[in-house]
Amino acid sequence: MKKAICLFLALCLTFGCAAMLSGCGSSKDTTTLYVYNWGQYISEGDDGSLDVIAAFEEAYPNIKVQYSTYDSNEIMYSKLSNGGITVDVIIPSDYMVGRMRQEGMLMELNFDNIPNYQYIDESYKNTSYDPENKYSVPYTWGTVGIIYNTKYVDEADVTGWELLWNEKYAGKILMFDNSRDAFGIAEYLLGYDVNTTDEAELKACADKLAQQKPVVQQYVMDQIFDAMENEEAWIAPYYAGDYLTMVEENPDLAFYQPQEQGFNIFIDALCIPTCCQEKEAAELFINFLCDPEICAANLDSLGYSVPMTEAKQYLDPEQAKNPIAYPSEETLRNATSFNYLPEETSRYMESLFMEVRNG
Amino acid sequence: MKKNNAVLLSTPYLLWMAAFTLIPLGVVCYYALTDPATGAFSLRNLRDLGMYLPVLWQSIVYSLAAAAICLVLGYPVAYYIAQCGQTAQKLLYMLVMLPMCMSFLLRTLAWVGLLQDTGIINTLLGKLGIGPLRLIRTPGAVILGMVYNYLPYMILPLYSIIVKIDRRLIEAAEDLGCNGVQVFGRVILPLSVPGILSGLTMVFVPSVSTFYISQKLGGTDTVLIGDVIERQFKQGNNPNLGAALSLVLMVLVFVCTGIMNRFGGDSEEGGVIV
Amino acid sequence: MKRANRFITILIFIFLYIPMAVLIVASFNTGKDITQFQGFTLNQYARLFQDSGLLKLLGNSLIVSVLASFIATAFGTVAAVGIHNLNPRMRKAAMTLTNIPMTNPDIVTGVSLSLLFVFVGTQLLGQRNSLTFWTLLIAHITFNLPYVILNVMPKLKQMDSSLTDAAMDLGCTHVQAFFKVTLHEIMPGIVSGAIMAFTMSLDDFVISYFVSGLDFVTLPVEIYSYTKKPLHPKIYAMFTLLFLLILVLMVAMNLIQLYADKKKTASHRAGM
Repeated sequence: MKKAICLFLALCLTFGCAAMLSGCGSSKDTTTLYVYNWGQYISEGDDGSLDVIAAFEEAYPNIKVQYSTYDSNEIMYSKLSNGGITVDVIIPSDYMVGRMRQEGMLMELNFDNIPNYQYIDESYKNTSYDPENKYSVPYTWGTVGIIYNTKYVDEADVTGWELLWNEKYAGKILMFDNSRDAFGIAEYLLGYDVNTTDEAELKACADKLAQQKPVVQQYVMDQIFDAMENEEAWIAPYYAGDYLTMVEENPDLAFYQPQEQGFNIFIDALCIPTCCQEKEAAELFINFLCDPEICAANLDSLGYSVPMTEAKQYLDPEQAKNPIAYPSEETLRNATSFNYLPEETSRYMESLFMEVRNG
Repeated sequence: MKKNNAVLLSTPYLLWMAAFTLIPLGVVCYYALTDPATGAFSLRNLRDLGMYLPVLWQSIVYSLAAAAICLVLGYPVAYYIAQCGQTAQKLLYMLVMLPMCMSFLLRTLAWVGLLQDTGIINTLLGKLGIGPLRLIRTPGAVILGMVYNYLPYMILPLYSIIVKIDRRLIEAAEDLGCNGVQVFGRVILPLSVPGILSGLTMVFVPSVSTFYISQKLGGTDTVLIGDVIERQFKQGNNPNLGAALSLVLMVLVFVCTGIMNRFGGDSEEGGVIV
Repeated sequence: MKRANRFITILIFIFLYIPMAVLIVASFNTGKDITQFQGFTLNQYARLFQDSGLLKLLGNSLIVSVLASFIATAFGTVAAVGIHNLNPRMRKAAMTLTNIPMTNPDIVTGVSLSLLFVFVGTQLLGQRNSLTFWTLLIAHITFNLPYVILNVMPKLKQMDSSLTDAAMDLGCTHVQAFFKVTLHEIMPGIVSGAIMAFTMSLDDFVISYFVSGLDFVTLPVEIYSYTKKPLHPKIYAMFTLLFLLILVLMVAMNLIQLYADKKKTASHRAGM
């Protein structure tokens, strides 16, 4: 018995040391770049698509990417502001870029290292979250809408955001598990400005969301893929790009934007947080992602929309014409983007959302 | 000489434990008493705790239920294993241990696959013509998850107590005219009380503080205190309220284990399996 | 009565093993949905071995658990000897301190350590990156130590103290007496403490989840983030392989022990 255990421990120790040595050996003259991205938000080489990170490491053999993911802007923000961690590249959404810029959490980019910035379309520059284009480089853009399963959902019920409150589908409805997107929906439904700072309006939104809770199956982010694809849930608000990924697996899914009530249009942008330790490598990475060919290959498999006309020629023509990925001006007339909110408002909204979730 | 050695040998350990158990608890108190936005001293988090009393109550009820079910299910198993032959005992003991060594996240996820509306059980029932039952996202599913994950923590301490019961006591009781039920009720059960108490604690404590089980198997209304703490830290950007809630949870657990120990008399080894 | 118990035991074992069976079956599934078996394939295993990330995470878990249990065992054994020789009042205090992490729910331990590391790292030392491999290791050592202490202490109590006295009478120093006599006597406690520490460390999710940063992540923590995304079936393949590995290890350990026991009783009998 004792011998066996000794042997086992010795074996473990050698394994451990070997693994450690192999880990240390490679880190000598290479830089490690910490990329912190949304889950399901970079092409990983499944089904013959481009493995973006592998391609980057091949192009820059002395940089090793350490890739981690988060579920929502709020989780990323929470981790960066309290977590005591360092990362080099993050991809927050517009309002979060604004918030982090205001709070001094972002570094100014050196655009000499990002020549591919020239390809970004003018309409994605000079935005309200980064008016002087100093801190962020657009990665993708997209819209939020309702995904529903045509097998189970009556077309007559598909009118607007109130579908998510419809008791007929109780237990089959998913909801955003992040405060800003969830409050956004309540604000569109109640007709408030999505960038309101009025506490009474926010409280009303929270009440509306609490009222929805009994019909909600789960509050989710990326778990939505499995739930919608295998028909565990029938109705969910989510991002258009992810709908395009889901519909490939389950053709019964449909996507709908409540055009009268308004819906969110967002830009997710590449940024470098102040805790970054490898700024130059981070800029190389950002530049790499903005290469029109890489950008097209990456976003083709993600389903999200490219922020550069230059890249469209490399896209799958089907995708480039897809009205869900690239909606018309007419569709977008009521689309609004989230601006950053003052810190008290953000905190208030988060605490209200926590009350909704926990109550 | 000997005494000096003892102090010399144990001091580094005591310092280490103080640094990494007592001081962290102090830091938790510090966070619990500061305002998340300004960092100034504030009682706000403690005031906000009142809102989470229903959640706390729900956690206690669920985990008590889980502990009770574990006892009812685990006792016969432990008793049976203790009565088997040496080799069978070892084998069965191993089979109880084995699930504990596997990722509880994935095992819980397997339950999602079994219980969900489009899951394995409902598909099978569907073939029999029974409509989809609502199995997942109910309080029952959460309790099931707790029972499933922590049942071995009940069986193992019970087994190690029952197996040590002196056979002669049982024989003596039989000689004195007790029937099987009386032997069990008057001899075996009272003697296995320490195992029962340690099993109950070992199921209750992880159950009351779990967050993964309720996130995966629970619905929107089966929120547990562990969920709230996890969410305040990881998502809600309010570690201060999270810290205050952890303090509450800690006090709750210490009170409960204190009560258990009071009943069980003191045992310095209490809480150790195997 | 016995028959009823046997029936319940069988049912409980089915209950305990069904979810694992589901995962194992899922690892051979061509589809990615756990609930529908579409066809048999070994592709998931091939995918698993192509995924250097997952294997690296497994390596990470092994590094932390081996180092933590090794350090905790050495440190804890020495400490247990010290505590054993303390005066009763101090001993009681030391045991209370040992019991705190044992009784505390994991989530509280995790939260408190993470707050400590972040507080000390960012506010006192001015570091940017305060959740690293080292903090994870400290956390693991901390929750491993009580297991070692609580396994070694009873053995020390059982040990006949005149043995060490005899050794010293025969000219051993304290240190020699420890290594030649005490260590031998308490070995079973040390070994079971080490094994327990190792498995606790390897399996730990909750504490690691709160304490780890982004640069060094263990397998359970990453599995948690996998379960929040569409889960790739190669995870099931990994589960199956780990299941087999642990099963083989456990059976082997049992067989060896059985063999040793037999040998012991045989020699015992021969001696009589």
